[in-house]
Amino acid sequence: MQGILKKISQINFGLLSPENIRKMSVTKIVTPDTYDEDGYPIEAGLMDPRLGVIDPGLRCRSCGSKGGDCQGHFGHINLARPVIHVGFADTIHKILRSTCSNCGRVLLTESEIAEYKEKIGTKHQNEESINDIVKEIYTVARRDKCPHCDEDKEEIKIDKPVSIVEGNYKLTSSEVRERLEKVNEDDYILMGINPDVAKPEWMVLTVLPVPPVTVRPSITLETGERSEDDLTHKLVDILRINQRLKENMEAGAPQLIVEDLWELLQYHVTTYFDNEASGVPPARHRSGRPLKTLAQRLKGKEGRFRSNLSGKRVNFSARTVISPDPNISINEVGVPEMIAKEVTVPVYVTDWNMEDMKEHIENGPEIHPGANYVIRPDERKIRVYDETKESILEKLEPGYVVERHLMDGDIVLFNRQPSLHRMSMMAHEVKVLPYKTFRLNLCVCPPYNADFDGDEMNMHVFQTEESRAEAKSLMRVQEHILSPRFGGPIIGGIHDHISGAYLLTREGSEFEEDYVYQMIKKSNLPFPEPKNKPWTGKEVFSLLLPDDLNMVYRAEICRKCDECLRQECKNDAYVVIEDGQLISGAIDEKAFGAFSGKILDSIVKDYGTDKAREFLDSATKLAISGIMKRGFTTSTADEEIPQEAKERIEELLNMAEKRVEQLIEAYHNDELEALPGRSLRETLEMKIMQVLGESRDKSGEIAESYFGMDNHAVIMALTGARGSMLNLTQIAACVGQQSVRGGRIERGYSKRTLPHFKEGELGAKASGFVHSSYKEGLDPLEFFFHAMGGREGLVDTAIRTAQSGYMQRRLVNALQDLSVQTDGTVRDNRGIIIQSKYGEDGVDPAKSDYGKVADIDRMIEEMRIKSKAK
Amino acid sequence: MKKQILKHKLVPDHAILSKTEANKVVKQLNVHQEQLPKIKADDPVVKEIGAKSGDVLKITRKSHTAGKFVIYRLVL
Repeated sequence: MQGILKKISQINFGLLSPENIRKMSVTKIVTPDTYDEDGYPIEAGLMDPRLGVIDPGLRCRSCGSKGGDCQGHFGHINLARPVIHVGFADTIHKILRSTCSNCGRVLLTESEIAEYKEKIGTKHQNEESINDIVKEIYTVARRDKCPHCDEDKEEIKIDKPVSIVEGNYKLTSSEVRERLEKVNEDDYILMGINPDVAKPEWMVLTVLPVPPVTVRPSITLETGERSEDDLTHKLVDILRINQRLKENMEAGAPQLIVEDLWELLQYHVTTYFDNEASGVPPARHRSGRPLKTLAQRLKGKEGRFRSNLSGKRVNFSARTVISPDPNISINEVGVPEMIAKEVTVPVYVTDWNMEDMKEHIENGPEIHPGANYVIRPDERKIRVYDETKESILEKLEPGYVVERHLMDGDIVLFNRQPSLHRMSMMAHEVKVLPYKTFRLNLCVCPPYNADFDGDEMNMHVFQTEESRAEAKSLMRVQEHILSPRFGGPIIGGIHDHISGAYLLTREGSEFEEDYVYQMIKKSNLPFPEPKNKPWTGKEVFSLLLPDDLNMVYRAEICRKCDECLRQECKNDAYVVIEDGQLISGAIDEKAFGAFSGKILDSIVKDYGTDKAREFLDSATKLAISGIMKRGFTTSTADEEIPQEAKERIEELLNMAEKRVEQLIEAYHNDELEALPGRSLRETLEMKIMQVLGESRDKSGEIAESYFGMDNHAVIMALTGARGSMLNLTQIAACVGQQSVRGGRIERGYSKRTLPHFKEGELGAKASGFVHSSYKEGLDPLEFFFHAMGGREGLVDTAIRTAQSGYMQRRLVNALQDLSVQTDGTVRDNRGIIIQSKYGEDGVDPAKSDYGKVADIDRMIEEMRIKSKAK
Repeated sequence: MKKQILKHKLVPDHAILSKTEANKVVKQLNVHQEQLPKIKADDPVVKEIGAKSGDVLKITRKSHTAGKFVIYRLVL
């Protein structure tokens, strides 16, 4: 097949045989000591020079390569008595339980054996797992009598971690090994053992491989003392006991002593493999810290896999707290000087930048636009010090590389975890700033999902010209204004940008010309001709728009009236832009907000990302100027409603509660008619929910009718800046029904929610209807129910994030190698077609019109406006 | 009683391509035949229309994005 790089046909897992262990060993290890008095490694000791070298300069006694190049060589220890390998204790137990101790056959009848072998054969042919069949065999092959030789089978139990007990007798490791040797080779496959690569008796160790010194390097402390690795400590223990056991056996010591030593050897070998095995007290260091042995090196979050193979630490990166800076562009990131002096950019010295680089070196590592290292053409790295400066400057010539400090305009990668989509890592331009936080423009908060309550972010500095060029064209912030998720902007105005733009452009807002010029200057816009009269906000905002922009849309503040008055809309919600002039309508979230900004969307699509970035930078600054002229604040006073309104709401809620009582009464008198497909009780519950829901909505409507557009909280809610009308009416009028598991609250005591109610009480108050508003305050019962609903919400979000995180991980793993080819097909890394046209329509969602190829209606409307304007 | 699965509204149109047509498709997509998406020979529709292993099927199905979409599959 074409385009295939490498194809792994098979991976075999097997056991190391004692012969194999001896074959790969370069030396037998006998002495438990490591170094002699002179500090030289002892031959046949744990630091035997044949096991490999770590010190650079020395040559390996086994392979002859220099330290660093030699990957090390295994040694071996001959164990005086066999010991069970902890990792296989369970398997050994299962095998002994399912085989006959007399004839060594598996405890299955001949017909069963034939049947299972055939099943396994087909599984092999189909390259499927035989796990299920093996599991079944292990349950079937538990018989009291051997079907082959009629030998009675005694029950074999496992005493965790490594003791195998038959009846009341504890089998020694030698006996276990003998029995495993006896197992018939033809039956191996039935127990899931591949006879080509493993034999069950190899699970009982007679020889222990000793890993090379490179695996367990010793550390020399400042005091000159040598500190050995945990594994070496453990191997010393094993060797000591092994030696004593051997001596005792040779001297013909009593059985009891030999057995005790044997047990001890088993313990040391067990903890050497796994120091957290259940039922074994962990082996400890002299300081009392449990030793980190083989299993602990691999396992868990800090283990080799998750910490060193799936994830790695990198150089030229920085992390600190983020804070906002409305004065920098969306493309920029403010980098603290402290970081700029630490992470560097390698620059090749040429005739043209020689002077510049000399200046950097002159500044040295302490003064900001300086340099930390210089790399000579022979690849030697020299640190720039005050003392070395002179000589470096003398020798500097084209071909040298200067690692200079990060400077304004450098391209860096900026990232916030969790990196859920491609906008979580974007390329920014550096702006070196004082203080110690990363500074970012507020418009890029939505794609990173960042706020400033203590969030930290990471920065990575590109080290090659190619990566910088690629990042600049593909990963720059302005290239990601449109999200591929929904084909609209994900970067845009938030919070005050929205309220500000509304205050600036709403009907009736006027500004003196001198203030208008102040705003224009602040927003970096070109100065227009003076008008010599006050400007309307709409005229000011029009300065931002491209001269040939035409569009119509309904703003966020649109009340969705039954009959639209279009340009005569009294809410000023019908936005019309003719030839870059805002004719009618106020600017709000729908104009340039993140997630829904229509003007922003159309500028990116029609005028390009450069224009869009300029628009966004200017528009946000203009909006902030607009909000600053007037001042903007909110408090509970914004949710104040007159006494009359409170009375009306009170009356409404009382009516609703009375209505609920009537419904309950009707239910008790069997007068209620069940809705189709529901029980009487369910019908009642639905009707009550409906009545209470309506009453909450109506109370909200009453409160809303007293709110005007001069109310700051209302401005925020209606323009989409922050908060919703529901939030406001809950504060002002009525909080409403609290729910747990999608219904009214029923849990708590038997047949009632709290002891304050009668058993079986179904009323509004007894099931968590909160009559009060947040402003009035909740009574204790209401507060309790409210807390119940609130807690459910918290638990739900916690579970949701965990679940969706795992789902995302699986999805990413499945899709990571797919890519769209130049011919529009989606293929994996083997060139196999997944889709013969991307998305079946070949449309890039980020460049589409909110997911559609084109919005015809919108285009027609725009053309209509355009022709009218001419 | 055998269900007429081909008439079910959720079963898209399957058609067997002739050798020359199949070659044309493969050339058009610039792939080897094995790189096409697969369909199992024991798939109910494949059995129903009598396609053999090695045949290329043309499946015309409804699509959310494109309205109608044609996909080619190799019978395994």
